[in-house]
Amino acid sequence: MSTLLIIEQVLNGLQFGVMLFLMAAGLTLIFGVMGLINLAHGSLYMIGAFAAAAVAGATGSFVLALGAALAVAAIAGALIEMTVIRRLYGKAHLDQVLATFALILIFSEGTRWLFGSFPLFLDIPDYLSGPVTLPGAIQYPLYRLTLIAVGLLVGLGLWALIERTRIGIQIRAGENDREMIAALGVDIRLLYTLVFAIGAALAGLAGALVGAIQSVQVGMGEPVLILAFVVIVIGGIGSIKGAFIGALLVGLTDTLGGIFLPELFKLFMEPGAATQTGSALASMAIYILMSLVLIWRPTGLFGARA
Amino acid sequence: MKKLLMATAALAIGATSAFAETKIGMITTLSGGGAGLGIDVRDGFMLAIGQSGRDDIEVVIEDDQQKPDIAVQLADKMVQSERVDILTGIIWSNLAMAVIPSVTAQGKFYLSPNAGPSALAGQGCHPNYFNVAWQNDNLHEAAGAYATSAGYSNTFILAPNYPAGQDALTGFKRMFKGELAGEVYTQLGQTDYAAEIAQIRASGADSVFFFLPGGMGISFLKQYADSGVDLPVVGPAFSFDQGILQAVGDAALGVVNTSQWNKDIDNPTNAAFVESFQTEYGRLPSLYASQGFDTANLILSALEKAEVSDADAFREALRAADFDSTRGEFKFGPNHHPIQTIYAREVIKEGDVFTNKIIGVALENHGDVYAADCKM
Repeated sequence: MSTLLIIEQVLNGLQFGVMLFLMAAGLTLIFGVMGLINLAHGSLYMIGAFAAAAVAGATGSFVLALGAALAVAAIAGALIEMTVIRRLYGKAHLDQVLATFALILIFSEGTRWLFGSFPLFLDIPDYLSGPVTLPGAIQYPLYRLTLIAVGLLVGLGLWALIERTRIGIQIRAGENDREMIAALGVDIRLLYTLVFAIGAALAGLAGALVGAIQSVQVGMGEPVLILAFVVIVIGGIGSIKGAFIGALLVGLTDTLGGIFLPELFKLFMEPGAATQTGSALASMAIYILMSLVLIWRPTGLFGARA
Repeated sequence: MKKLLMATAALAIGATSAFAETKIGMITTLSGGGAGLGIDVRDGFMLAIGQSGRDDIEVVIEDDQQKPDIAVQLADKMVQSERVDILTGIIWSNLAMAVIPSVTAQGKFYLSPNAGPSALAGQGCHPNYFNVAWQNDNLHEAAGAYATSAGYSNTFILAPNYPAGQDALTGFKRMFKGELAGEVYTQLGQTDYAAEIAQIRASGADSVFFFLPGGMGISFLKQYADSGVDLPVVGPAFSFDQGILQAVGDAALGVVNTSQWNKDIDNPTNAAFVESFQTEYGRLPSLYASQGFDTANLILSALEKAEVSDADAFREALRAADFDSTRGEFKFGPNHHPIQTIYAREVIKEGDVFTNKIIGVALENHGDVYAADCKM
């Protein structure tokens, strides 16, 4: 177990973490501002990836593909907010879960109907492909470094939006007291649509960026959605800062756990059994992390409300 | 009212026996990430049923969503209310383990067009269970044999942590004579392999063997090609089938994979199958489609000889495997799993389409090791 391997794995964990952050940020904003559990967030991730794959296939340009992913996911988000989600704000969480679960099924089968059941092709552009050599002779894929950079930039941009702009003030006010800011003359319906579209666009961006190194297929959003929920529970529901820290924690725990737990078990078990026990425990690691955080802080790391 | 109900019931019974003398239940994966495999099996199967021209066979098709609990519910429904005679279709070994033992115990026939978990090939074998594809270990054993013959001596192996993944690594190790540079179980459905690729890089291996079916394989190959790790890759056909090669792209070119079927196997049945599949569905068939096609033809051949209601005669007719397989010669071993030749194929590009070409035989007339434990 060399230092190089450990550094590479930490980078992998960071990269996984910042991509989770893009998903979790939208989810936590939507929950924080509107009090809505949106299970269809994973579908927006899938829509972003499919839009990117379709545009990249037609034009050959990765930048255009990313633009399309952002735009299509934002439009899809705004549309479902205006047609379906808007009716759910006053309702119980169970109604929200049912309705957004129905949206998952509709989007999955709709995508299958449009694109077929076989995975689509979306590749890394030439100028980002291949490994680069980092200080200390670490070979690391350039694309993954780019993902880390993009994730951090988006995080910074989101922080600036929430903390430094007028819309950000309204969003924060909406989290605290929605009746009051409506009474102050802010168009709360428009604000909700906007927040939902921002969340959707971030999910779509994550889908497109990750789609280039994974497989673009129907149902790709749901596994990520589960992790994103773990992230926002750890970070504290409604907190962007919490989502960021939570995403990095989950990313690092998942990646490093998968590597080091089997190695740990090899110290006192025979290799085959150690690999199996270690892998089994590693897949539980983030949930163990979540329960530990919840025992320590029942509202999550940065959560305000119970 | 009661009379009316009875009359309707009598009518319904009359209708079934008049139009469908044999009822086949197909439980397969038609939605979600694994849908490509189930759709290929279904299309291959229905192609053969259509070509037979028989209208006394009814096929009931249901989607298991790749979930064991749903597969079990569907199987119960098919056995108890649909009253099917034969079941088939399951793709995934964990679903197969949940369904097959219970339906064969209820006296139904089950013909597997894909999953072949080791537990059902050895002590858990059953006279009414036939596997038309392969025992899970087979293609991996062939990959191990190929890796040995290619001169690899230090291989890194990885597979998902579920029954077929464990069978895969067991199978590879059985036939591979070299050392293992590392052995890793990944999560089922995992999409990011950066951590595993870093381990491969650090392990000093001279080659990589992986079993990651469906979308998992696409993700792995794309990330592997981008990582700068430049070791040769060997795998079973499941990550290189026709359905997913186009999504992997150039990253798969030149990879050697093992399969019991390929579209260039030279026999008239196969040529006709490839051509009619393309005409019917507008795409090239995959090995899954060939397995569905063979399964249907096996059932048809047995129905020619015996009624399903005469279970003993029908079982004998199935065991004889008297049908033209797309693989050429096909026969069952003592545990009702195939004894067949497994080829090494290489991924090539034909025009714009990525596909496979046979480059040699990996294992000839190969059965499986579990047959010895099967008492029936």
